[in-house]
Amino acid sequence: MSKIVDARGRSCPEPVIMTKQAVETFDGKEIHVLLDAVVAVENVKRYAQNKGFNVEKRDNYDDFLLIISK
Amino acid sequence: MKNKFKIIFAGGLIGIFGAVLVFVGNPVNMGICVACFYRDITGALGLHRASVVQYLRPEIMGFVLGAFIIAKLKKEFKPRGGSSPLIRFFFGFFLIVGALVFLGCPLRMILRLANGDLNAVVGLAGYITGIIIGIRFLKIGFTIGRSVNQPKIAGYSMPIISIVLLIFLFIAPSFIFFSESGPGSYTAPIIWSLAAGLLIGGTLQRTRLCTAGGFRDIILIKDFHLMWGLIGIFIFSLIGNLILNPDNFMIGFSGQPIAHSEHIWNFLGMVLVGLTAVLLGGCPLRQTILAAEGDTDAVITIFGFIAGSAFVHNFGLAASPKGVPQNGKIAVVIGIIVVLGIAFMVAKENQRKRKLSKEAKGGKVSV
Repeated sequence: MSKIVDARGRSCPEPVIMTKQAVETFDGKEIHVLLDAVVAVENVKRYAQNKGFNVEKRDNYDDFLLIISK
Repeated sequence: MKNKFKIIFAGGLIGIFGAVLVFVGNPVNMGICVACFYRDITGALGLHRASVVQYLRPEIMGFVLGAFIIAKLKKEFKPRGGSSPLIRFFFGFFLIVGALVFLGCPLRMILRLANGDLNAVVGLAGYITGIIIGIRFLKIGFTIGRSVNQPKIAGYSMPIISIVLLIFLFIAPSFIFFSESGPGSYTAPIIWSLAAGLLIGGTLQRTRLCTAGGFRDIILIKDFHLMWGLIGIFIFSLIGNLILNPDNFMIGFSGQPIAHSEHIWNFLGMVLVGLTAVLLGGCPLRQTILAAEGDTDAVITIFGFIAGSAFVHNFGLAASPKGVPQNGKIAVVIGIIVVLGIAFMVAKENQRKRKLSKEAKGGKVSV
């Protein structure tokens, strides 16, 4: 089961902190980050990529899903 | 690399306009000051009666409308809200208390630094200290909460308010106050202020530049992206001032324009600003851009700025070049205690909730 981080509706920098906490216990399983703001998508993506992870973005109707893996 | 260039350019634009607006009439070292400009607007509306700081600063309306137009075009305008509005109001209130004791928001702090005002170095130390404390609270579980979608009309609040203020500025009805002396009487031509505001607002909407974010991201995740923007503000403001306002450039503590040298209060005032800015998720400049994008929580934060400005001047808390009044010192200390108290209680409550939800879900899902 992949780890899910639901950071929808969170203000800066909480989505990044939540992702950071999930990334720190990364065990090979994908991390799914749910977001609803473009700014948060940019921030989380930049953070994960800087940490050497692959980030795939999928758009839902009103939300975004970032799939973080290595 | 392209991103780095973009963010330095965005900061540079603010820095240049900071110098240009002084050149065409704004107060010295105050080409742009978000906190001061909200205070001036508060005074113009008669919510405080400090006759030297009353003017409907069109830069603010420019920031809002510029960011609003770009957010609309980029389909990033999204009415949202409901994440601790009342706590935000109080944080906004106390942020302004800190800023008006230091005499400037973090943006003006950088502009002051770029013009040689060493009191701003003390302020910067306070600001960074406040940011570090704020990050500690975020790490132990402080959250401002989750926002949800709001009715469309609510999202338009700040752009509509800005248009109304511009109408007041142009027709100057008798109930609007305009300073005849003091900083509020130093004004760039409206068209300059508005044009600069629109350009900066639009640029900031795209680049998300935030003075609190610049320091916060370095400390929290070692990300220098936003810091490059702040460096851009500093360098271009310095260059702009040396070209346009060379007579005002002076390195030192004493005799700096609209500043005082009570170090402890410059420091503590900015601790309060840094702390609240991190907990709010952005500095006054960033809150203004967020409000333009439909973030009604940021609008509430701005109402906090306005209420704070009114109380600061009605209660005689604001500093002046003569120094910080006794009541202003007490207000800063109370502000720090209240904000720390709120942050601590929210963090504790959240820790308890997390523990319960972890037990319920077997630790597989992080909420």
